[in-house]
Amino acid sequence: MDKPISLKSARTLRITYNLPISRTVKFWDGLKEGKVYATKCQKCGKLHFPPVADCGNCSSSEMEWIVLEGEGEIITFTQVFVKPISFSEEPAYIVAIARLNDGIKALAWLTGVKREDVKVGMKVRLLAKVEPDGKAVYEFVAV
Amino acid sequence: MNKVAIIGVGHSRFGDRSDVNISELSFEAIKPSLESSGLTTKEIPYMALGSMGVWSEEPLPAVVIAEYCGLTGAGLVRCEAACASGSAAAFNAYSAVKSGQMDAALVVGVEKMNQIDMSTVLEMVGRAGYYMWEFENFGMTFPAYYAFHAVQHMKKYRTTEEDLANVAVKSHKYGAMNPLAHLQHEITVEKVLGSRVIAWPLKLYDCCPITDGSAAVVLASERKVKELGFEDPVWIETIGFASDTANISKRETYVGLNASVKASRMAYRMAGISPKDVDVANVHDCFTIAEIMAYEDLGFCAKGKGASMVREGATEADGKIPVNIDGGLKAKGHPIGTTGVSMLVELTKQLREEVKPSRQAAMKNYIGLAHNTGGTGHYCYVTILRR
Repeated sequence: MDKPISLKSARTLRITYNLPISRTVKFWDGLKEGKVYATKCQKCGKLHFPPVADCGNCSSSEMEWIVLEGEGEIITFTQVFVKPISFSEEPAYIVAIARLNDGIKALAWLTGVKREDVKVGMKVRLLAKVEPDGKAVYEFVAV
Repeated sequence: MNKVAIIGVGHSRFGDRSDVNISELSFEAIKPSLESSGLTTKEIPYMALGSMGVWSEEPLPAVVIAEYCGLTGAGLVRCEAACASGSAAAFNAYSAVKSGQMDAALVVGVEKMNQIDMSTVLEMVGRAGYYMWEFENFGMTFPAYYAFHAVQHMKKYRTTEEDLANVAVKSHKYGAMNPLAHLQHEITVEKVLGSRVIAWPLKLYDCCPITDGSAAVVLASERKVKELGFEDPVWIETIGFASDTANISKRETYVGLNASVKASRMAYRMAGISPKDVDVANVHDCFTIAEIMAYEDLGFCAKGKGASMVREGATEADGKIPVNIDGGLKAKGHPIGTTGVSMLVELTKQLREEVKPSRQAAMKNYIGLAHNTGGTGHYCYVTILRR
């Protein structure tokens, strides 16, 4: 087949979304203080992580902020070698889902370990972290 | 309620289709679908389009395609259910015909994914997990989401990387027999195992390719079927549906997709059939592990037995229940919004026994099943066809 012919579009769009966090700002502030918060519905008692301002279980908007202890174990994990373009500068990163003793599951990067040493059932702790550029995040570390 | 038949089908060649734009690509499926139905563009009151469309330039593909194909004036909608957008469009049009609102409708799936670079495609797909909680800080990709399932399945049921490779080998075997497939070459287990790691333990050949393609089906009411003189069409018996949490961390299980279990049970109940009655199926094998989980979730085998189905050849064209014998998403290709419609085209041909003998399933009950999931198992549609 002949080589396909395309016009290169002359219109380039650069999109950066603003992410509204007014109603969950305590979570993002908490990370800077070294705490990982979940929200607990005061009406039905359901614990939510990631945190929410409104309860999908009973539709109440009365939430209590709970600091997670963060201890748990790995349910599953992967290591991402072929990365999205906005993560292209990162070395291959390990992402894990862990079940926490607090009663929720969480997804985050697992740092400080080699993938070969990671096992399902491995004990981890979910920690708040402030990156060098000031961005507040959370990650798993091996216990 | 009306019965709803598929009276026309069309399907483009899948692959890197940089030779055509989105309208020209859609035309390749729409024209034959209408010609085979006996209807003209003027007799189509409604078109539902399945398309994600973030990788190509037209934000309103339904109107652009409708104008190009002579369908302007018809009711139009673009449906989004991620990789299940095609089935969502089919459900939309099926409901319109079934309700008696109209006697015919066109369902089109189209995707043009090769107009931007691969790592941007990976980004756009990865963002479609849960952007805020899984992408912004953690850069999840779709191979990574399915790797989560593979790791759990391997741990719990002793499924191996070789078992996953067997699925890819099977898909490529049938892709090589399908002139419309993106990847028409056979591969070996060694080649799969030796391919580069994308998201451990998934390797290049565990993943579906980035594909352009279109597919179309014309739906008609029983009255229209009689009027046009179709003796023995393929009927849409029912469409089951379900969903699951946006956050993958909130799932109850990682060894299967709950939405697949729920949607399939709903479809079986409404159609009054059991998995054993299905003569041929197309399941959503965006990754090799997804096909193994689909066998289990759809009830083709017990939980944990998916890998042995492949090992024993139970899902080959001459097996107990032939699955993805058009190459599946893995080898035929997975143009996101097209896939659900492509499955309907393939199954209609299977039920009409029009497929070439090497990959024609034997018909006993004349029942076909299409299983189309979207996102990380977020959406699921299960369509039962019967002739």
